[in-house]
Amino acid sequence: MAVNPDNYGLRLFVRYLVLCLIALIFIFPLVFMINSSFKPDSQLLADTSSLRAFLPVGDISLNNYFGAFRRAPVGLFVLNSVLVTGTTVLLSLLICSLAAFSFAFLRWKGRDVLLSIVIATLIIPFETIAIPLLLLVSKLPWIGLDGLHWGWLNTYRVQIVPWIADGLTIFLFVQYFKALPGELIEASRVEGANWWQVYYRVVMPLSGPVLATAAILKFLVMYNQYLWPLIVVQQESYRPVMVGLGYFFQLNVAWGEVMAYLTLITVPVLIFYLLLQRAFIASIASTGVKG
Amino acid sequence: MASKLTLSNRAGWTFALPGFALIFTFIVLPFFFAIGLSLTNQRLLSPNPTQFVGLENYQQLLGLAVVTLEPERNDAGEMIRNAAGEIQYPRLRAITRSDDYPQYRGMREWFHWQSGENVMIVIASDVVFMKALVNTFLFVLVVAPVQGSLALMLALLINHKVKGINLFRTIYFMPVVVSIVVVSLLWRFIYDGQNGLLNSILQALTFGLFQPVDWLGSPSTALPAVMAMSIWQAVGFHMVIWLAGLQTISPTLYEAAAIEGASRWQTFRYVTWPGLRNTAVLVLVVITMQGFALFAQIDVMTNGGPLDSTQTLVFQAVERGYGKQDISGGSTISVILFAIVLAISLIQRWLTRER
Repeated sequence: MAVNPDNYGLRLFVRYLVLCLIALIFIFPLVFMINSSFKPDSQLLADTSSLRAFLPVGDISLNNYFGAFRRAPVGLFVLNSVLVTGTTVLLSLLICSLAAFSFAFLRWKGRDVLLSIVIATLIIPFETIAIPLLLLVSKLPWIGLDGLHWGWLNTYRVQIVPWIADGLTIFLFVQYFKALPGELIEASRVEGANWWQVYYRVVMPLSGPVLATAAILKFLVMYNQYLWPLIVVQQESYRPVMVGLGYFFQLNVAWGEVMAYLTLITVPVLIFYLLLQRAFIASIASTGVKG
Repeated sequence: MASKLTLSNRAGWTFALPGFALIFTFIVLPFFFAIGLSLTNQRLLSPNPTQFVGLENYQQLLGLAVVTLEPERNDAGEMIRNAAGEIQYPRLRAITRSDDYPQYRGMREWFHWQSGENVMIVIASDVVFMKALVNTFLFVLVVAPVQGSLALMLALLINHKVKGINLFRTIYFMPVVVSIVVVSLLWRFIYDGQNGLLNSILQALTFGLFQPVDWLGSPSTALPAVMAMSIWQAVGFHMVIWLAGLQTISPTLYEAAAIEGASRWQTFRYVTWPGLRNTAVLVLVVITMQGFALFAQIDVMTNGGPLDSTQTLVFQAVERGYGKQDISGGSTISVILFAIVLAISLIQRWLTRER
């Protein structure tokens, strides 16, 4: 059976054509966003009736970006998001991997019960506990430098602490640890290492892939947070980027500034994603192992 | 591994405790709180003490009844008609405000239909909640099969080793990393009734024949528009999960199928699809859970409108629990939502179990 070269070439061409058309469907809103962020409002709205919406043509400037910074404390929102996201990701990696280390390698009373509780939380969507959690955090105590406080609303900690540990992250670590050779752990115990040393010197250095996966998943969840900060943070000084969007919808909406702000908070994530796309996609794929 | 080397109660608890305590405090505890609060009249801030009210919150949400309105008749027993010849009926208020029917008190019309000369009216204690319930189910019923199968098609398309395929995979996945809030705002532009990109594209494709539609502004198109956008946003996510499933299927099975002379459809039906069974369950469960959690799109795009046509359970839970500070009402909706999600994932697992 000889392959007809023309036929093969044609099929390849059709395949690429289909791939490209689908790619356009996925990319056009982002192209529109970035191009619009450089246009004055009147042109932005007029351009939507033609292909000019997707091209950086006409009256192009950075005015919208300056306008966005004048309208809202953009820098503060970005700082809040980076602070909350960064802290949560780091603490989550530490605390979840420690717990998973214990679940995977150590034997202790109550281990199996605790692990099944952790796994069972996977079927509780956050949205179903958001409202009672709101009541809970509004009454929690906190000991700060200036003494005892009641209530966590309008703080950084209310955005960080509830998100540190979750069933999926612990589960991903447990799965990964169980696939590591057990003799390695035994050997270092025989050599007299304590459990902290086994965790820190033996297991962690072997855990690059799962750390990357857990970090990326947590990063996406945290940076894109909306519902939770919307209900627990009313003060602008603690608001993250997604909730900060509300600023642009008071009174008359300046769409150019909205687009500039959206571009500003989205493009860094996109660049991050494009640089690490293999790790991003691998991390989503690895959530599939729980099936 | 039964050696004493791994046996350590103290170290075991010490390592696991921080993580477990956090999960317990911020997931397990609020979950049971939700159940408890749904039986009270708790508010976020209230001068009055909280009271136990039993199942009253559930009755408030789920109360449903069908009432029949018979035509008004004159003394001779003839139906009264108005000037246009339409049959006259008593007002629904005559029933829902009457002391003769205390069980219907305060209920409002959800929908009605004509049955012979009578009118049947379904009345509900909380019409908005009922609409939210139906919308959420509709959303899941449409999005789960459509998004799941589109994602599978994309995965099959991407699973070929041709040059540059990684680039396409990267692009298809891109909306997943963008915040749903950002995506929802961009799609407001696409769906706009006046300068919307979608109307412009449709008009260009039909040479101006297409009449512009205010996609998010009319009750019949708003929910489908939100569905389409949600499918678009997360289809890449499920494509990646399907891809991971596809890669677990042994190539020797495909070689065997090729030797047997199987057609492409036969190969898919008898090799690919059976190998994707577990993945299919996972994709369905994840889409269902995401679907029932529908909130941000609604909050950014429609606020539940127009005419409550895009109300959803989570949107209602937040509007009550946070907006109206009615913690118990919001918790009750949350508990109902959880019961639905749990029931559906159990049914899905049972339907797709290994036989």
